Amino acid sequence: MRKVAIVGAGLTKFYRNVQETPKELAFEATKMALDSCEMKLSDIDCVVHGTAPDAFDGVHMKGEYLSDGSGGYRKPYMRHFVGGGTGCFSPIHGWFHVASGMFDTCIVVAEEKMSSAYPHPAGAFLTIFDHTTEQPLYPTLIWIFAIEMNRFMTTYGYKKEDIARVAVKNKKNAMDHPSAQLGAEITVKDVLDSEIMAWPVNRLDISPTSDGAACIILAAEHVARRVTEKPIWIDGVGWALDSAYWTTRDLYYPDYVEVAARQAYKMAGIKEPSKEIHIAEPYDPFTYKELHHIEGLGLCKKGGSVQMLLDGVTQRTGNLPCCPSGGALGVGNPIAATGIMKVIEIFSQLRGEAGKRQVPGKPTCGLAQAWGDLMQVGTVVVMRS
Amino acid sequence: MEITEKMVAKTATKLSADEIQKGKVLSVKWTPKLKYAWDNGPAIGRYLAELKNGKIIAKKCDKCHRIMIPPRMFCELCWVPTGEWIYVQDTGIVNTWVVSYVDWKATRLDIEGGVRPLTPAVIEIDGASKGMGILHHLNDVDPWKIYRGMKVKAVWKPPEERTGAITDIKYFKPIK
Repeated sequence: MRKVAIVGAGLTKFYRNVQETPKELAFEATKMALDSCEMKLSDIDCVVHGTAPDAFDGVHMKGEYLSDGSGGYRKPYMRHFVGGGTGCFSPIHGWFHVASGMFDTCIVVAEEKMSSAYPHPAGAFLTIFDHTTEQPLYPTLIWIFAIEMNRFMTTYGYKKEDIARVAVKNKKNAMDHPSAQLGAEITVKDVLDSEIMAWPVNRLDISPTSDGAACIILAAEHVARRVTEKPIWIDGVGWALDSAYWTTRDLYYPDYVEVAARQAYKMAGIKEPSKEIHIAEPYDPFTYKELHHIEGLGLCKKGGSVQMLLDGVTQRTGNLPCCPSGGALGVGNPIAATGIMKVIEIFSQLRGEAGKRQVPGKPTCGLAQAWGDLMQVGTVVVMRS
Repeated sequence: MEITEKMVAKTATKLSADEIQKGKVLSVKWTPKLKYAWDNGPAIGRYLAELKNGKIIAKKCDKCHRIMIPPRMFCELCWVPTGEWIYVQDTGIVNTWVVSYVDWKATRLDIEGGVRPLTPAVIEIDGASKGMGILHHLNDVDPWKIYRGMKVKAVWKPPEERTGAITDIKYFKPIK
C-alpha cells in the first residue's frame, strides 16, 4: 500500500439553515480545499462523497445529485454512507483509492443539509428502526441516545453535572472556530437547567441540526511532497459495524469503536494510544458520546473518562486535548460534514495552522472518530505530521 | 494555510425559519405519501402470531445456546441457522430507560398541560438469555421512579383487539 497524505482542506460556515443548495455547499468547500493547496480540478483523478440519509434532503440518488458540486464531472466518483459515522469513513474511502495505487489524487467531500425536512429531521429517522418490532412504538433517535446515556451513567455512577462539562468545554472551544454555529460561554448549571428532551438528555446535551460541507484533498506521496511542505499522513484507518439488534447489546460500552480503533492503531504502529495520540476529535453529537468514545478508543481505561474530564486532561491546554475544534456540540453537526470538519481540525493542529485554537506542545499524532447508525458503527482515522 | 473567518464568511448564507415560512425566500414544498407493506419472514412472522395469542416466543442457537428475542432464523454471532422455538415469559427487568418530553418527530409533548412523559425502555425478557432485551414502553409507574433492574410485566390488549403486532402488548408495568 502507498502512503497517502492530506494536502488541502476547506469547509463552509455551519448554520441551522442556509439558503445554498447541497450542491452549492459542496462546491464552496471543495473549491476552498483545492485553492488551499493550489490545485485545480484537472489535477484530481477521482472524487468520493459522503452524505447521510437521502430522507434528510428528500432527494434520492443524492450522491449523483451532489456530484457536480463535488467536482465529479466525468471522473471516477463514488458516494458512501455509514450513518453518523460517514464523515470519518470519507477519508478512509478516499484512502482506498490512493493507497491502492489506482489514483494519485482524490477529492474527499461531505455535505449535509438537514434543514429541508419538516418539521424536524428527527422524523426522517423513524424508518431506521426495525419496521415490525420497533417502528410501531414510534421511537425517535433521541430516545436511543438517552437510553444509551442512561446505561453508561448507571454502569459507572457518572453524574449528569459532570457529563455536562463536555458541553461547557466544547461550546467554549467553538468560539474560536470560524465555521461555528453554537460557540458560547455556558455553565454546567445552564446545561442542567436547559429543557429536558428525553431524560437524561437535556437541550444543551445535544448538538444542533446544521447545514454545511467540508472537504479534504488526498494525494499519493510523490504528489504530496510536490504540492506542500506540510503533508499530513493518514497512518491508520479502522472501521467496524456492530449488530443491528441493538436491544441485545450492552450499551454501556462501544465495542465496535474499540474494534475500529485497534485496527487503526495496529496499522499506525500505536501500542499505547493514551500516550502516543497527542490530540483527538472523538465524535460528540451528545455530551456523553465524547466520553463514551474516549473510553472505546482506549484513550483512558474503561470508566476513566469523567475523571479525565474533571482533571482538565481533555481541555485544549490539557495533556490530551479532545474536540479542540468545539466539536459537533459547538461547531455544529451537519452529520457527514462534521466528521471531515474533525479531520480538518487534526490536519490544522498538526500543521500548526489552527490559529486561536492551536494546542500547545506541537502535537505530531492525532485522531478523528465518528459513530452512527443504530449506535452501531465506529470509524477511526489516525494522522501524523 | 489557516482557515479564517474571512474565508468561510461567504460560503453560506444564513436563513431564519421566518424567512422561509413567510415566503421571503422562495422554496418548494412536498409532502411524500408513501406506502409500504413489509413482509416479516418466518421468525418475526411466528413472533407476531404468538403475540396475537398473548405469548412471547424466542428461538435458540444450538451453537452458542443463546435464547434470542426477537427470534431470528440465523444467529448473527455464530452465523448458523437457529434451532428450536422456546416460549419465554411476559415478564422481565428494566435494563435502561428514558423519560421523554418529545415524540418521534421531536415535537414537544404538553407536559405542563398534564401529558405524561413517554418512558420507552429496553426490557430484558425472563426466560431469554441474559441481556436479551426488546424496546417497549413503560406505564402505570411514576416516570421518575423507574430504576435499573425494576421488575415489569406485559399489559396485553384484550384478545379480540390483537392484530399480531408488537403493539398487542400495550406496555409493561411494574410488578412486585
